Amino acid sequence: MEQRELTCIGCPLGCPLTVTLENGAVQSVQGNTCPRGDAYARKEVTAPTRIVTSTVRVTGGTLPAVSVKTAGDIPKGKIFDCVRALKDIAVPAPVSIGQVIVPDIAGTGVAIVATKNIDKV
Amino acid sequence: MKNADLVILGGGPAGLAAALAARQAGVQDILILERDAELGGILNQCIHNGFGLHTFKEELTGPEYAARFADKVKAQGIPYKLNTMVMDLSADKVVTAMNRTDGLFQVQAKAVVLAMGCRERPRGALNIPGTRPAGIFTAGTAQRLVNMEGYLPGRRVVILGSGDIGLIMARRMTLEGAKVLCVAELMPYSGGLKRNIVQCLNDFDIPLKLSHTVVDIEGKERVTGVTIAEVKNGKPVPGTEEHFACDTLLLSCGLLPENELSRTAGVALSPITGGPQVDESLQTSIPGVFAAGNVLHVHDLVDYVSEEASAAGTSAAAYILHGAAAAGRALPVVAQNGVRYTVPVTVHPQAAETLTLRMRVDNVYKGKALAVYAGETCLWRRKRPVMAPGEMETVVLKADALAKIPADAANLTVTLEEV
Repeated sequence: MEQRELTCIGCPLGCPLTVTLENGAVQSVQGNTCPRGDAYARKEVTAPTRIVTSTVRVTGGTLPAVSVKTAGDIPKGKIFDCVRALKDIAVPAPVSIGQVIVPDIAGTGVAIVATKNIDKV
Repeated sequence: MKNADLVILGGGPAGLAAALAARQAGVQDILILERDAELGGILNQCIHNGFGLHTFKEELTGPEYAARFADKVKAQGIPYKLNTMVMDLSADKVVTAMNRTDGLFQVQAKAVVLAMGCRERPRGALNIPGTRPAGIFTAGTAQRLVNMEGYLPGRRVVILGSGDIGLIMARRMTLEGAKVLCVAELMPYSGGLKRNIVQCLNDFDIPLKLSHTVVDIEGKERVTGVTIAEVKNGKPVPGTEEHFACDTLLLSCGLLPENELSRTAGVALSPITGGPQVDESLQTSIPGVFAAGNVLHVHDLVDYVSEEASAAGTSAAAYILHGAAAAGRALPVVAQNGVRYTVPVTVHPQAAETLTLRMRVDNVYKGKALAVYAGETCLWRRKRPVMAPGEMETVVLKADALAKIPADAANLTVTLEEV
């Protein structure tokens, strides 16, 4: 039996949630005031995911960096692998929104795409 | 002097939405003046996601949200000038601006939309003791350096203030390899969204110290450390001091509407929001001068900025095309009993089909009701499980509510009450 304490992000109420797990399986969620809290807690303790946003270098552009994001959610535990893999990447200008910068980031199967247009100088 | 029907001061989300709405309403001769090198304003440095959930029903990053509006402005051929600093706005709507290609120039506008946004509260406005070394940045400056210019402003960081930009930067600096030691917040609650506290601080085990502030900054050339202490009744508690060795202090201590131009033009400002006093058409005390977005009052969500600015653009178009409307009786809107302010501050109930009132509360309230009265008559009332200063409240009074306003009502009051 394991207990995890979370804060619900569903609304400004921010309910303090207590999740009880047994062998990695959710037994109960307590402290939520609505079903959204229950759903959030179950996902957060079993398979938490995040969209990661960062920047990569641009060569020959009007700005030295372009903002990027993961095209979908990646596992929370892969966040640092993801940003580390972006560290040494440089793309030549022009860059356009939606352009694939890395087809598969850190073995997640999720692409990194540009979120800003950068013109060539 | 040149002429233009509508001059919009600022090419951020408010200015772009106002321009599109005015064009939609039939105004051809529009000019947007923007001081940065591109349209989109502060959204260009807000590379995190979560924008546009209300407007586009999807989660966009700041630059993507900005591009949706900027692309439309370009597609519609609405003229704009970049790298252009507006120096003055006069009461008769002469805009004086300058840039490197046109030099100093003046434009006589029929109507003006103020969309200059806001500015961060700097160290000088915070009365923090200590030396004045390099390494103290507002969170937004650090955000621009990291996200647009490709610099990391420090390696060991303390953040004062738990506004959303501070929380976002705690995560951003961590991802870029810096160590964020803690976020100190003077108030007993955070000014930021719950989602940001969880995903920007908790995800990275960054402590949030509520009711704490910075009581000393050390360092000669560069910050070498800060001291944080607990705060009770507005005073640091002796004996609670904790020292952090760090090279950087980020400040996320509130945003101030940027109204230097409004003030010199003679626009009446609210002492509470720092923004213009407007009526329901978002018209300021100067006829034909409208305001929207963070220059009017600081918003949490850009979606609401776009919505408000769109209304300002439509109002400005009506003023240009049909002249000042006969608005009828004006009622002041009074915020009381926990409601800190409302926008607008006056309304003309006969002139409007619906009235949108935006407001903030002055503390965290649980299980109260938010209500709007005209004299003794209740026009609108809803229970709210929780209200917090960091979350703007919006009330829309529809025709049935407006029809209830008694002929002798002296004002509208917006209030909190027991359920």
